[in-house]
Amino acid sequence: MKALREHLRVLRESLQRLLSTPGASLLSILVTGIALSLPVGGYVLLQSMQSLDARLGTTPQISLYLASGTSATAIEKLGEKLRGHDAIAAVEFVSRDAALKQLQESTGLADVTAGLAQNPLPDAYIVHPKTREPAALEALRDALQGYPNVEHAQLDSAWLRKLEAMLDFGRLAVALLAAMLSFALVAITFNTIRLQILTRRQEIEVAKLIGATDTFIRRPFLYFGMLQGLLGGISAWLLVSGILFVLNASLGDLARLYASNFALQSLTPADSLALLVFSAYLGWLGAWFSVSQHLWQIEPR
Amino acid sequence: MIQFNQVYKRYPGGHEALKDVSCGIAEGEMVYLTGHSGAGKSTLLKLVAAIERPTSGSVLVKGQNIRSIKREAIPALRRNIGLIFQDHKLLFDRSAFDNVLLPLQICGFDPREAAKRVRAALDKVGLLAREKANPVALSGGEQQRLCIARAIVNRPNILLADEPTGNLDVEYAHEIMAIFQSFHQVGVTLVISTHDEGVLQNFPARALHLKQGELQ
Repeated sequence: MKALREHLRVLRESLQRLLSTPGASLLSILVTGIALSLPVGGYVLLQSMQSLDARLGTTPQISLYLASGTSATAIEKLGEKLRGHDAIAAVEFVSRDAALKQLQESTGLADVTAGLAQNPLPDAYIVHPKTREPAALEALRDALQGYPNVEHAQLDSAWLRKLEAMLDFGRLAVALLAAMLSFALVAITFNTIRLQILTRRQEIEVAKLIGATDTFIRRPFLYFGMLQGLLGGISAWLLVSGILFVLNASLGDLARLYASNFALQSLTPADSLALLVFSAYLGWLGAWFSVSQHLWQIEPR
Repeated sequence: MIQFNQVYKRYPGGHEALKDVSCGIAEGEMVYLTGHSGAGKSTLLKLVAAIERPTSGSVLVKGQNIRSIKREAIPALRRNIGLIFQDHKLLFDRSAFDNVLLPLQICGFDPREAAKRVRAALDKVGLLAREKANPVALSGGEQQRLCIARAIVNRPNILLADEPTGNLDVEYAHEIMAIFQSFHQVGVTLVISTHDEGVLQNFPARALHLKQGELQ
């Protein structure tokens, strides 16, 4: 109770201190907000791309080329086995004749194929797996390779890997940006608090003389840093939401032309909460560094 | 209550402020520290409040040795000591009331109880009517009395006053000494440094005389 009252008092004082210099406070909050909105914006973009990729619904395929001369009953048996597999969503059979016909029609190689003495293509099953995970797909491919009469199982996952690699690259870039700008935020708070300690030097000295503990002296600075970080996080949230709103309005026209309903996703409540907690923590951390660095230098004489 | 044993204090740079000082101050006693400026009066008071540490010898305050006291133990020690400074050390960014409130905030007092105590302390030094005033607006004597109110609001056992009547007219000085006398009567241990002859004559008590850092 006593501790809670003390914390509330310090919180109120820190708010008053922020409001007492509205110009300077607004500037540092905005700087924080802009710095944070860059990685947050990048994150939102990545999330949207990931969902776009999911919505395209194009799961990769595994083509099973069967050994030549496999009997019709063996093919039928294999088909049943595949259809019964847990990880497989759908199975298509493409006979060698159908494959040759498709090849002639689609690629314009009719002249070449017409010259062939016999059909060189094997019978094949096209397998649509349920998963989109590259690792799981490869495991499935390896399992199917071992099925009887399967001569070759080919996984068409190159494009998926490319997309995954690009998303990974994007994630790394956003993470690095976030790390750098978090450091900047800590540095901004460090300096703000350093200036505050200098201007409140006399107060700190007097407080020490009348028996204030280090915790008591540190507390208002930590609260101030935390509050400034939190407000910076809120302004970053507002910035990103505002930008998304404007972008989605114009993106809507573009998407309609492509008959798509693609839109940049806004921040989820969980992401928003994480942003606010993290920014408050960074502010606190900057203040903590600053206070540990500067407070011990002030000793009453 | 306070015990000095063969205390030396040498400041960085070689100035020897106290040389072989041994003395004791009993609980509830009122003692003057006299001597010229630079004789070591302020240094002696600073040692009691753990603002400085002795170079050698021991300073015992309520059984605690200042020479070896841990940094974390200093706040608790100082809450038991009321400090009155010649330059007042008041904070000009807040009212007289809030200046006196500060020691109670540090101890985490209930706000209503704290407000009562602050008003009682201000009343004691005759400043109750000026509680909303900024210390800048107060006269030198009033500032000194405000400093006393801040020192006593936490009801410490020991009061240390460094030249409390230093810059004041005789009339103000007597007012302040009368306030100290009343604390002495309720059992507070008082150490007052002064070179004011009028004060010494009108409010007699044991005097420790320092000369160039040595007790005479």
